[in-house]
Amino acid sequence: MNAPAPKRPGRAGLALCGVRIALNGTELVAGLTLAVAPGEVATVMGPSGAGKSSLLSYLCGTLDAAFAAQGEIWVDGREVSRLPVERRRIGILFQDDLLFPHLTVGENLLFAIPREIPGRRARRELVRRALAEAGLPGMEDRDPATLSGGQRARVALMRTLLSRPRAVLLDEPFSRLDAPLKAAIRQFVFDHVRAEGLPTLLVTHDPEDARAAGGPLLQLGPGLRDGREDPGAPAARNREDAP
Amino acid sequence: MGTAVLPLTGKRGSGSPLLALFPAAALLLFLAPVLAGLASTALAAFGYLPALGGTAPGLDPWRRLFAVPGLGASLGLTLRTGFLAAAVSLAAVLGLCATLHGSRLFRWLSRMLAPLLALPHAAAAIGLAFLIAPSGWVSRLLSPGLTGWQRPPDIAIVHDPFGLCLVLGLTLKEIPYLLFMAVAALEQIRVREQLAVCRTLGHGRAAAWLHVLIPQLYRQIRLPVYAVLAFSLSVVDVAVILAPTEPPPFSVLLFRLFTDRDLGLFFPASAGALLQLALTVAAIGVWRLGECAAGGLGRRLVCRGGARVPEGPAVSGFFGAVAGLPVLLSLGGALALALGSLSRSWFFPQALPSAWTLAHWMRHAPELLRPAGVTFAAALAAAAVGLFLVIGCLQNERVNGRNPAARTLWLLYTPLLVPQIAFLSGLQVLLVRLGLDGTWTALVGSHLLFVFPYLFLSLADPWRAFDLRYRTVALSLCGSRARSFLRVELPLMRRAVLFAFAVGFAVSANQYLPTLFAGAGRLTTLTVEAVTLASGNDPRVTGIYALAQAALPLAVFAAALALGARRRF
Repeated sequence: MNAPAPKRPGRAGLALCGVRIALNGTELVAGLTLAVAPGEVATVMGPSGAGKSSLLSYLCGTLDAAFAAQGEIWVDGREVSRLPVERRRIGILFQDDLLFPHLTVGENLLFAIPREIPGRRARRELVRRALAEAGLPGMEDRDPATLSGGQRARVALMRTLLSRPRAVLLDEPFSRLDAPLKAAIRQFVFDHVRAEGLPTLLVTHDPEDARAAGGPLLQLGPGLRDGREDPGAPAARNREDAP
Repeated sequence: MGTAVLPLTGKRGSGSPLLALFPAAALLLFLAPVLAGLASTALAAFGYLPALGGTAPGLDPWRRLFAVPGLGASLGLTLRTGFLAAAVSLAAVLGLCATLHGSRLFRWLSRMLAPLLALPHAAAAIGLAFLIAPSGWVSRLLSPGLTGWQRPPDIAIVHDPFGLCLVLGLTLKEIPYLLFMAVAALEQIRVREQLAVCRTLGHGRAAAWLHVLIPQLYRQIRLPVYAVLAFSLSVVDVAVILAPTEPPPFSVLLFRLFTDRDLGLFFPASAGALLQLALTVAAIGVWRLGECAAGGLGRRLVCRGGARVPEGPAVSGFFGAVAGLPVLLSLGGALALALGSLSRSWFFPQALPSAWTLAHWMRHAPELLRPAGVTFAAALAAAAVGLFLVIGCLQNERVNGRNPAARTLWLLYTPLLVPQIAFLSGLQVLLVRLGLDGTWTALVGSHLLFVFPYLFLSLADPWRAFDLRYRTVALSLCGSRARSFLRVELPLMRRAVLFAFAVGFAVSANQYLPTLFAGAGRLTTLTVEAVTLASGNDPRVTGIYALAQAALPLAVFAAALALGARRRF
């Protein structure tokens, strides 16, 4: 899937139109346009400070007010860039699993299931199935702190999926895992977002991640590197590569 | 060659036995008086106090205590106001964090905290009374235009029978204190990230705070909350100034018994002091049950996907106003005190005095000097000794690698949780026995009981956050621990040390009961004078003392901040 520039954003999937992000007058993302089909994993790569994380923050709506940002964000035919975070239905996984430490594994998951799904039993059944799928059956009452890194990563993904997002962002979620675990978790995450037909945008600086994702690859320009501006180069360059 | 390989685990040369003495010495110094005082109070409560002719132990003190008229109403008033003040303060602080954390108003309030914390309780209460009394400044500003009052209305605002004014006066100091603790605790919690996760899961900001951040925040400020509850239930100085008088809150009732001319009342008063302790312990227990209930309810809601929590500018505006109120009332109160003390004539509905004079200040300045001197010297000594002990304890952690157990935090809070009157009365008996009552040792020592915990709490976090590589570099350069400490470690901690010193000073300057019991009338401070005058008839003189009382700690805070901001000493 490498046809960019969604002319008709009315279709299913995640689409970005003319997204620009600048910090203190320096453009980090200059006019990014991209379409991610349901079940596809697109990758954004670039050095630190190139604006990868800012891009994801802009998409899910948590970008710091210090940034200036604009551009359309389409999720399943709905433009969401003016909606509050909680109504965009864009899920995100961070580098850290960020499981809430004061809740059990089960409560973490139950909290994510939308309120609109009623019934104690029905909700618990969803959690039970999610944990079984993550290879953690019966771990509802465990304290997240007692799980291994890989287990926590899987619970975090399940939590995101249970909140019924229409698109998923991955903010270097594998970078803190050690090598053998990394490949397994990556496969686990990709399999699930594909199975659920979720358009997914992955941010990483590991080429291996991009290869495994198999979707369109996007390179963000150098921008700020080591806190210094690259004087010769234009502030930001975006180009889209076929994988 | 020929060098022995030192075992990596070897302790030789790495520890400091001298520093290892500090924690024990500090504990002894501030826990022993509490325990000894409690024991002595307990003996008197059961009739044993030979100095006052009590040699036959029995239940007589308790019978006499329960025969005191108005006891039930007094206890009821205490419980009502105590729980209300603690609950309102906590709700205001949690609501403020939930709706305004990260905003400009929140940062402004956080910066206002240091001067608000330095303001003594008694001065804040006197200022509040000046502000909201029927003839107070607020009433004058609104009259006669809005109220139509030509003379002060005959209603009880200060000393109101329900105790609302007392509650307001307590929240004035408790909201800034809890907010200060909450701001520090929030640094340990990943607020931004967890908030982002919650919101991408589909929860509003308010629901995210309610279900995810507040439970984690509350765990960290639980002990300060208990301290606030215990304080609200047992406070004397603020209650004397603002609470109803007939019947008064239980703490004031006890205080009257203790200071009665009839020394025989010391026995029922001691029984009452034990009752006060039991009341506090029970109240903390009830509060804990409330925590469990709220936690259970919270978990049930979490399992249903979270509660629907109202949010929006109206809600954040409400909490902003509630938390901003202490700032306004404190500043307004101080201003009203200043105006009053400078007025020659100020007839009722006028917003400002019609004639000004410095005469009150000129007349009272000479008699201010002695209590001001005692306040200053005692606070300086208590803060200095406290700082020495606290730095010793913290340096012991660093050098000897001792990690403090969670239990030590409870020990530290003991003097803040145990009602002052419960052990200070007993301690006074012991001081008299040792011939130490009314001496500087007793005064500074009794202040130290409260100065030490606060100093420790304000210095521990920055001390533990120190980058140990500076010490390693310093040790390898100068090869002497003392020089590394004095030339590198201490100067790097300068700002935190100065701030902690100012906190210690303010805590000492704030003490009412300890000064009264340990000072034995021979050593008296501005706080004691101000509270005594507050029940008198000349508000202008009261104002002068309250302003002087507030000025000392504020000046020390300002000096500490100014010195801390300089690059070198």
